Amino acid sequence: MKRHIARTGSVLGAKCVSTEVLHVVAGARMDRPRFNRDQEGLMPARKAVALISGGLDSMLAARLMQDQGVHVEGLNFFTGFCVEGHTHAIRKDKRARPLRNNALWSAEQLGIRLHIIDVVDEYKDIVINPRHGYGAHLNPCLDCKGFMVRKAREWMETHGFDFIITGEVLGQRPKSQRRDTFPIVARESGAFDLLLRPLSAKLLPPTRPEREGWVDRERLLALNGRGRKPQIGLAGTFGFNDYAQPAGGCCFLTDENYARRLSDLWQSRGDKRYDLDDIMLLKVGRHLRVSPAFKLIIGREEGENRFLRGYRQRFTHLAATDYEGPLVLVVGEAGEDGLMLAARITARFGQGREAGTVCVLAQVPDGTEREFHVTPLPSSELPPEWYL
Amino acid sequence: MKLHAEIVDARRLLCPMPVIRAQERIGQLAPGDMVEILCSDPGALHDIPAWCRLHGHTVLSTVTEDDEIRVTVRVGPRVTPGL
Repeated sequence: MKRHIARTGSVLGAKCVSTEVLHVVAGARMDRPRFNRDQEGLMPARKAVALISGGLDSMLAARLMQDQGVHVEGLNFFTGFCVEGHTHAIRKDKRARPLRNNALWSAEQLGIRLHIIDVVDEYKDIVINPRHGYGAHLNPCLDCKGFMVRKAREWMETHGFDFIITGEVLGQRPKSQRRDTFPIVARESGAFDLLLRPLSAKLLPPTRPEREGWVDRERLLALNGRGRKPQIGLAGTFGFNDYAQPAGGCCFLTDENYARRLSDLWQSRGDKRYDLDDIMLLKVGRHLRVSPAFKLIIGREEGENRFLRGYRQRFTHLAATDYEGPLVLVVGEAGEDGLMLAARITARFGQGREAGTVCVLAQVPDGTEREFHVTPLPSSELPPEWYL
Repeated sequence: MKLHAEIVDARRLLCPMPVIRAQERIGQLAPGDMVEILCSDPGALHDIPAWCRLHGHTVLSTVTEDDEIRVTVRVGPRVTPGL
């Protein structure tokens, strides 16, 4: 069935309906289609909720739906592990890249509403107890996708939308985007055949939106594999010249160093617990596990020092008073000897590292202060295994 | 319509949390109400106006003083998802 698309902002705009299939135009458009024309006449546009990560694939999937006259709104889930510019926001020396949320940026390019949802607490169970296990590091990709599609399904039901779309591509991710895992996500999320993957749809069994004619399967794609050329070509066709393509994905849990720090956090606590501050701090500074009882977080530049200053009410912290240098947080119980060692390490990472003696001020959250006059710790006394 | 601005304190939070806090508060307010969002993440200077554009709210001002950012928003018409 050939479907034509009405592009009018007016509910009563039947007379000015265009029967041309829309071509893609870059830039935000808020004049969403309200009606589609089919063989029986005008019918309300179907509504799809799109998982918008801020990457190119989800953007393309949403645009393919818009071009079929589907009303699309986006969901973006904040798990606390999103890469999304945090380190760039914190570190002054990383400010070359624009300080923007890529999901919001994508939504503006598409002209769709974006609803950003805080799932930090709910997501803990996914990270701590993934039913399908972890990927290469602490990334529970398959559970994560099932969780997000489930949240999207709940949102869809609450708001009267018709189906869900994602930017998943068959074979693109070894853990979660495979022919055998796609049905798992559909089943465990409860979305079943209301989950449409427009970029690979032609390689998959028809979903309800295709079977019912809400979308034209022939105008969906058959992308497969890890290559990016088709997506980049499609982006050019659509006029998307600026889009995020994070090399390591959009989640810190796929990052080896970050996963090591998270493992250390859990090990030091004796169980898998975390709160939002914990996982934000894992993104910042040098982390030195000096002893099982405590670790140090050492700011690497002024932006990180400023960020760490926000935690002075929670952690004992140190800084040299007579030289420029880092703010250092003590996470755990350092004790007397540990605090002295922390002062020497603080001096070692500051401008006074070559000085004979450096004055370091330690402050505990209750406001108590202590001054240490210490010799900076030589690098030879900093075991590599302390670095997380 | 309230004449004073509601305050959303999103200082120390990194984006998108300031946007989420603003979104939650604005969702409870009436069209025409004012909200002042306090932030420390410079990303908020881009993200909050972007979110407001997508949802029909108006950014009246953005003020940066030292490390603090204040974004004042007038709540737009209530919009139901899908409509």
